[in-house]
Amino acid sequence: MVSFDFTYHRPSSIEEAVQLFASLQRQGKTPIYYSGGTEIITLSRLNLVFADAVIDIKHIPECQSFDISQNQLVLGTALTLTAIEETNAFPLLAKAASEIADRTARNQITLGGNICGQIFYRETVLPLLLVDSDIVIAGKSGVQQRPIHEVFQQSIQLQPGEFLVQVKMNAAYLTMPHVHMKRRKQGKVGYPLVTVSALKKGNELRTAFSGVCPFPFRSPKVEEMLNARHLPIDARIDYALQQLPEPILDDIEGSAEYRLFVLKNTLWDILTELEEAER
Amino acid sequence: MSSSSKCEIPLTVNGEKYSVIARQADTLLFVLRNHLGLTGAKPGCLNGDCGACTVLMDKTPIKSCMILAIEAIGKSVTTIEGLRDAPIQRAFVEHFAFQCGYCTPGFIMNAHALVESTPNASEPIIEKWLESNVCRCTSYFEIEQAVKSVLAEKQASKD
Amino acid sequence: MIGKSVIRKEAWDKVTGRAKYTHDKLQQGMLHAHLVTSPYAHALIHEIHFEKALSVPGVRAVVTGKGLPLTGEDLRDRPPIAFDKVRYHGEVVAIVVADTPIQAEKGANLVQIVYEPLPTVGSPRAALQADAPLIHENLGSYEKNDHTYPEPNTNIAHRTKIRKGNMEKGWSESEVVIETSVAFSPSDHLAMETRCATAEIFPDGRIEITASTQSPFMIKKLISTYFGEDVGKVVVHTPLVGGGYGGKAPVQLELLAYLASKAVRGRKVSVWNTREQDMITSPVHIGMEATVKLGCTKDGMIKAAEILFLFDGGAYSDKAIDVTRAAAVDCTGPYRIENVWCDSLCIYTNHPYASPFRSFGHCEQAFAIERAMDILAEKLGMDKLELRLKNAILPGHTTPTRVLLNRSNVGNLPACIKRLRELIQWDQWQRIELNARTVRAKGVSCSWKTSTIDTEASSGAIVTFNPDGSVNLMSGVVEIGTGSKTVLAQILAGKLKMDIDDIHVKMDIDTQSTPEHWKTVASRGTFMGGRAVLNAAEDAIRQLKAIAACVLRSPIEDLEVGYGKVFVRDDPAIFIPIKDIAYGYKYPNGNAIGGQIIGRGNYTLRHLTPLDKETGAGKPGPEWTVCAHAVEIEFDKRDCTYQILKAVSVVDVGEVLNWKAAIGQIIGAMSMGLSFASRETFLFDRYERVLNPQIRTYQPIRFGEHPEYIADFIKTPQIDAPYGARGAGEHGLIGIPAALANALSIAAGVPLNKLPLFPEQIWRAQKGK
Repeated sequence: MVSFDFTYHRPSSIEEAVQLFASLQRQGKTPIYYSGGTEIITLSRLNLVFADAVIDIKHIPECQSFDISQNQLVLGTALTLTAIEETNAFPLLAKAASEIADRTARNQITLGGNICGQIFYRETVLPLLLVDSDIVIAGKSGVQQRPIHEVFQQSIQLQPGEFLVQVKMNAAYLTMPHVHMKRRKQGKVGYPLVTVSALKKGNELRTAFSGVCPFPFRSPKVEEMLNARHLPIDARIDYALQQLPEPILDDIEGSAEYRLFVLKNTLWDILTELEEAER
Repeated sequence: MSSSSKCEIPLTVNGEKYSVIARQADTLLFVLRNHLGLTGAKPGCLNGDCGACTVLMDKTPIKSCMILAIEAIGKSVTTIEGLRDAPIQRAFVEHFAFQCGYCTPGFIMNAHALVESTPNASEPIIEKWLESNVCRCTSYFEIEQAVKSVLAEKQASKD
Repeated sequence: MIGKSVIRKEAWDKVTGRAKYTHDKLQQGMLHAHLVTSPYAHALIHEIHFEKALSVPGVRAVVTGKGLPLTGEDLRDRPPIAFDKVRYHGEVVAIVVADTPIQAEKGANLVQIVYEPLPTVGSPRAALQADAPLIHENLGSYEKNDHTYPEPNTNIAHRTKIRKGNMEKGWSESEVVIETSVAFSPSDHLAMETRCATAEIFPDGRIEITASTQSPFMIKKLISTYFGEDVGKVVVHTPLVGGGYGGKAPVQLELLAYLASKAVRGRKVSVWNTREQDMITSPVHIGMEATVKLGCTKDGMIKAAEILFLFDGGAYSDKAIDVTRAAAVDCTGPYRIENVWCDSLCIYTNHPYASPFRSFGHCEQAFAIERAMDILAEKLGMDKLELRLKNAILPGHTTPTRVLLNRSNVGNLPACIKRLRELIQWDQWQRIELNARTVRAKGVSCSWKTSTIDTEASSGAIVTFNPDGSVNLMSGVVEIGTGSKTVLAQILAGKLKMDIDDIHVKMDIDTQSTPEHWKTVASRGTFMGGRAVLNAAEDAIRQLKAIAACVLRSPIEDLEVGYGKVFVRDDPAIFIPIKDIAYGYKYPNGNAIGGQIIGRGNYTLRHLTPLDKETGAGKPGPEWTVCAHAVEIEFDKRDCTYQILKAVSVVDVGEVLNWKAAIGQIIGAMSMGLSFASRETFLFDRYERVLNPQIRTYQPIRFGEHPEYIADFIKTPQIDAPYGARGAGEHGLIGIPAALANALSIAAGVPLNKLPLFPEQIWRAQKGK
């Protein structure tokens, strides 16, 4: 239950959504874009989110697009995680999506909602970071396409009134060797201790992390160390872990030292799996 | 409460058309229970974590505590009250797949959607679907048996 | 009839959404309450401002704790609403009552409270430190019952002492001695239905309560005791209950609903817990720290046991006192030990307060003892089942509270062990390395339990007839999911020799018309309720025969009742259908005799006595169910992760009344034990605030994580029980946490004495952290 009141709006075009946001703001309201809605409802219950107008973007055709051509995959941000998983156009993303929450919840959680979430795991971002995807953003100044590395730094960097419409990626990435590993404290449902996505582009190993710091990230320094193929795996991992952007998380899912232990093993598994596949 | 926050919401539930005056911020679960008197869907956590409130929207299981009633406009909602002699109901009875019965409507709706949409569901698929619901009385083994029995019937009737 | 897997009477209601639970009984005009709870675990309350809350449209009242009596079943230490200070995170500080749940919540968000945080107490051992903050400064002045022994100016709410035999002698006969300590924090029952209560007070003073509870009759008595209301004017209704597991035995929200209704001139008010409140505001599963010292001869005969249970009762003692007493009663586990010293303490901390949890102090007690048994076996170099078998308690032995056991009042533990041994192929292997990383291991344990309910607790039943000869059964046993009411119907059907479908069971409890069953706890529904039903059936049979004797012109003693008839024993062709006499008999000329047949029966456990304060001697319960358990796991040595492959419980149930229902009770309890032991705990910050009061961060076992379950039965009848059946609702759980810990200790090669067994816990144990 949401204890505060809001008005609900269901625009059917990008322009309408953007204009609605602006006009609601002019009326002195606090609008919020709304997609699957699960996180907004969850956090509203705890008074961690407030809005007096919600703009449901699920019904905008562009946000529902699922388009695969020879060169490019286009995913609307209002696609549910179940849809991403079951269409399996990008297997690494499908795997990442399939490990989030539980299946019934994934029938509601959307790609865009997960990317923009306040809850900091945002695990669908990991594959998107690895394939250097582009993000289509709608806002006052129209629709623009920007590299994910520019608009996603720890969290999505949007101006007021902007929302995510689509994610685009080069189709060449979709079939590259990849691994996604999510390690939990216990059991098969729940937040991660650590989640690591990895992809091999030729000889280059790319990795992205969630649950390690309070934001998902991909780090050139970490990748540089992991790619130092002249070193044994253990050493590469040790060096890589010295390059984490922030001290490792210490919370109710696991202590920092245990997380480090799990992360090391996870990286070891990923490196061996991908490098063994080479042979 | 400002009057603008309430509005008329037309809903189709269990094949019947309703019109309710509710807050736009009200969840589907709240409206089903408090406006329509359909108390089969249960509040277990209101946080999307337990699955007791699972209903079907256009045949897809969703957690009705995690969706606004107003989002259901134009969709067909099915609650446990809308099932008529579904094989999964009998299977739950025969396999003793519940005790206190509180998680049962949610479990049944999810399992019903599973067996109807994926009659050839493999073990990992059954697991993936049903890990969305928490049961505290049974060991889950009974529920597994119930679901598998319906899947087996479906297979047998196909062959 | 007996042993058949009769489908539970309310089954179809439950699969069609028609089954009604307390919170489903929505009603026009009913007000809704929202609880304002403490963000601190220990703090003084300086000011409460609720003017803003009252200004929210629809808010009708704000209730605070000013001037309320203290409550508590054994020791009155708990204000129903905190007033001068709060003692745990989540404690109720005010209730906001409004027209809608949303308005109540809006109002609750606007209640402003000025607190002054106090130093907190975070564990039983910390609570016993000389300089620990006192949680109850006035412990010495609280009202209490005769068998509760608080220790003023400490944090000890109660101490149960067991002194049996001669410890000096025991230790002198012991050639091998071990000592081990175990611990776990409080956790939760996590019933899927959160607790809920409504109250309405009528102009004539009648108080109507509807509650999701295991104790409707206790609510009635306690509202009378605490608030001076006439006990007859309190009427409690209990519809189906969405899981209890002990958590709905204490009385809490019902008091709040009553107070809230009073504040709005008797209007009906509903108090409903959110999941978060249900987890920490309402009572929880108790935590414990314990030390066990065992001594035995070289060939493994245990000679002495010294046991210290330090229970984390939380901020208020309520039912925790009783739980800690129950653990003491069976402190040794199901073993013959002549020399026993046990102190079981109910200790105050700044944690949510504790209540019974399925097995009532026994899975806790068993965790300590069964870990110690494994450690002892290792030190002796003896087979773990062999050690247990060697010391198994038998008829002729005495329990820690000196009850002499006989062939009826205790089950056959050696038979349970023998069957377990076969089922888990114990003699084939106990630990195998599958490869460099993967190892499989089996852990075992034994358990026992008696009930420790009030010595005068009773159960009643009424049987009435319908014009078609079918029967209505009314019993005070609450249908909390265990299927007890269906089992009672089976007992009745067996006695009346009639079709189970012709027995109509009244599911809901109404304390004004349903005969009392003390509380639906302690796996006593079938025994006590069953005896009451048998007595009620006898009574009805007597009445049926009396009328039939006139009609059939036959002596009463020649008549039999069954198959829908009363008939002459040696000439069944002479009979009268029950339907023709169920409402008396009408002669052809219009004259009538008799009236509706109404059978009544009750049953009170006999010969029970309270425990002696200094020695613990006394008879707490009628019988002991014994069990043997095993858990098989696969352990990843590198990651410290594991899978539970198989869990087995062999329970001496005396007799199985409903096969599938009994299996369901046993394996459901096992599942709960595995979930508790492998993943359930509250996590506290350094100010003792609960960090995970949500299912999302307090994850119980889910579908797909369940292992293979095997439940099997030994049948040593309890002579005085209906069909010889023993209590079994809790027993599948008792030894499971210990068996899991034993299996993992064997696999990991390090003693694992803390629950829950998260892989991180195992990793820490291996690292010596």
